Amino acid sequence: MKSSTSGGQISPRRYLQAAALAVAVVVFLGAGDNDARFKDLGHRMMCACGCNQILLECNHVGCTYSDKMRDQLQTALDKGDNDDLILQGFVQDYGPTVIAAPTASGFNRLAWVMPFVALGLGITFVIFVVRSWKNRPTPALADGIMIPHGNEDVLDEFRRKARKETDL
Amino acid sequence: MEIAGGLHTTRFSEKIREIYGGVPVMSTIGSFALLLALGLSGYCFLVGLLALLFSTHSASGPIGETARRAGIAAFAAVLLAAAVLVMAAFNDDFSIAYIFHHSNRELPAAYKFAVLWSGQEGSLLFWSLLLAGYGFVLRLRYKTDQRLFAYASVIIAAVQVFFLLILNIAAHPFGIIQGGLPADGSGLNPLLQYPEMVIHPPMLYLGYVGFTVPFAFALGALIMKYPGEKWIHITRRWTMVTWCFLTIGVFLGAHWAYAVLGWGGYWGWDPVENASLMPWLTGTAFLHSVMMQEKRGMLKVWNMALIFATFLLSMLGTFLTRSGVISSVHAFAQSSIGSWFLVFIALTVAVCTYFLVMNRSHLKSEHKLESLVSRESSFLFNNLLLLTLCFTILWGTFFPILSEFAQGHKVTVGPPFFNRVAVPVALLLLLLTAVGPLLAWRKTSIESLKRNFLYPAIGALAVGGMMILFGVRPWEDPSYFYATMAAILAALVMFTVISEFLRGGRVIAGKTDQNLVSAMVQLCHRNTRRYGGYIVHFGVALVIIGILGTPFNREVEKEMGFGDKISIGPYTLVCQSYTQDDNPNYGNEWAIIHVFRDGKQVTTMFPERRFYKASGQPQTLPRIYPSFRQDFFLVSDLYLVYEGKNDTTGRPIIKAHLNPLVPWIWIGLIIMVFGTVVALVPNAVVVRVAATSPLRTPAHVGAGD
Repeated sequence: MKSSTSGGQISPRRYLQAAALAVAVVVFLGAGDNDARFKDLGHRMMCACGCNQILLECNHVGCTYSDKMRDQLQTALDKGDNDDLILQGFVQDYGPTVIAAPTASGFNRLAWVMPFVALGLGITFVIFVVRSWKNRPTPALADGIMIPHGNEDVLDEFRRKARKETDL
Repeated sequence: MEIAGGLHTTRFSEKIREIYGGVPVMSTIGSFALLLALGLSGYCFLVGLLALLFSTHSASGPIGETARRAGIAAFAAVLLAAAVLVMAAFNDDFSIAYIFHHSNRELPAAYKFAVLWSGQEGSLLFWSLLLAGYGFVLRLRYKTDQRLFAYASVIIAAVQVFFLLILNIAAHPFGIIQGGLPADGSGLNPLLQYPEMVIHPPMLYLGYVGFTVPFAFALGALIMKYPGEKWIHITRRWTMVTWCFLTIGVFLGAHWAYAVLGWGGYWGWDPVENASLMPWLTGTAFLHSVMMQEKRGMLKVWNMALIFATFLLSMLGTFLTRSGVISSVHAFAQSSIGSWFLVFIALTVAVCTYFLVMNRSHLKSEHKLESLVSRESSFLFNNLLLLTLCFTILWGTFFPILSEFAQGHKVTVGPPFFNRVAVPVALLLLLLTAVGPLLAWRKTSIESLKRNFLYPAIGALAVGGMMILFGVRPWEDPSYFYATMAAILAALVMFTVISEFLRGGRVIAGKTDQNLVSAMVQLCHRNTRRYGGYIVHFGVALVIIGILGTPFNREVEKEMGFGDKISIGPYTLVCQSYTQDDNPNYGNEWAIIHVFRDGKQVTTMFPERRFYKASGQPQTLPRIYPSFRQDFFLVSDLYLVYEGKNDTTGRPIIKAHLNPLVPWIWIGLIIMVFGTVVALVPNAVVVRVAATSPLRTPAHVGAGD
């Protein structure tokens, strides 16, 4: 087998190959990364033409904004700007409505929090209601007869039989 | 003068104008019909209300009857007005401003009919017509329960008066064009010139308007302190039919967006889409929770509040579409009628709240829950999740207004927000859809739950495992995680439904010597509501499967000249040619794209671009190829859009999307509708024992026995 090393020395050719590989990795990883970021950022912004569509999904004929905005996004990515800087740039150019969802800061945080607060409160309320209903005493019959308690197993057995017969 | 077949129909209206010395006859008849309808509805409301308020008076009966008849006559008047508008569209009567703005001479006949609901004024008239139609049926069936129906009739008349006031004052559909008669109309919006647009709005409106009926019965029952749950039995079918229409309307809207708008998606969380989803969610919650009232006498106040909310959300949807308060692709032009709706919604809230508070003692129910693991608690959590979803959507839809108020500027609340917030709640709901049917009323033993749940759960986990085997990595991306969870839960729903059918079917088959399939049909027929509901759940699971393909969508955009190729997924697209055509309504240009898979041609697609002459607007028309033949369960849509030509190079641009699983959404809808129809079928009467001895005449029971 032919080796490119001789006496522990790495040949210049190997250095060149390694350098080419490193450049290729950086270039292609960067490209792949930029593609993903383009897709991600493009889906985090709205087209400014008023069509109410996500930037990368706006395809209506004659849109004067979407192509320009996509080019602007690609240029910013090529320049190496980070996501926040790119989004800020778009806000400056097109106003705050260009961002497709409220930011997670200041008053806008409320938009994200409220649905989960509502869900939490709702779950708490339902659990409270269910427990209070469960703990209610069985109502007495009109003539004062009380249904005997304490034999839940027997009742369960009756229920099981009834369901087996009727639960179709 | 030829009218039949729409030939030379314009001459008809021109002749009429000539005969009557330039008087716009159609417009006059329509305006008169609307005014008459308002008078009749006003009479039905006021006199009907008086008859109910003074119900002890001897004259209240006959007077109430005149109110009922006025309500019936109002339907005829609104129908006349709508018929006149449609005739005006067919006759190209451009002296009527509405027809001028929404039609043109070369518009195909089906779309001329659709002109009725294509604009602000016409759609309000259509709404009024549907409400009058529902009221007509209700008033004919008044003998079911005269007093309750009289209340419902008065409430419907009140809603009708509101719409007719708008039509007569603020959004008159028979307004006349000033100056000379235009030679042609401005044409219908190109987006609306699609076959589904002839069906989608009527379905949606039948849903929106239909919720007025259960609302009217509920409010009527509350006002008159109607005893028992009969109003629920009376309105059950109304509510289910209405829900079914709304479901069809919402899904047709989604399909229209998919097939016409050309962005490759079907749901954009647009405010108007949201507006149609909100009453659907509360209506679904009502359909579930109302069963607790029927079976256990529970949740009486809650059910009232739910149906009130559903009606109000329907109104809110209409308000959103018409007020211009929120920007939307669907919105009609900004107009003043938004304030009318706000006033009406505020009044309705006030009336409903007043009677809920004043008559709350009537709605007292004895809530006694025996176990947390029961059908009752599953319905409670189901309602909670449906309402949380509804609140989330309402909150997101109105947050831009709130933001403007609080921060001085609007923010956009678009798909990234809704997808992140609503999806987790929807998944919880899906879990409950799977578990709920396995829970019995009152109490379920853990043992039986385990027994019924074991195989569906194993099957669902196997589906999750298969997804991972096929390369889905739920830990890599939140969207993959949600897709995997959705697949597992949808499979769980489907397997529990199948297991319920199999379990019941086997019992019947064992007792009646039938095969399993006919036993399951009989099982379904014995309790149509329950098993129809299961079929609906199955359809919902299919819809979810269709949606969960979204994270795996792919798209490619390329300038394609003759012979150029695009590869997407398993397909290779080869551009054969471009061609043009022309008809009186539009000129068009389409690409001819051959689609190859594994070296074989599977189809040829013709993505199209039109230019409508009357309106001067261009429109893309995507083409869709579902791969049922090749993939079936893992079907994908190949979706091609001809986006137009590059301004610089002059070369045509084709955008191809590959959308996995989407066709299951539409199949899921069909199954949901089928399930609802099954649930509407009356139960079969089961005759268990043949009489072996002759019946005896029962002895008379004396007083006091």
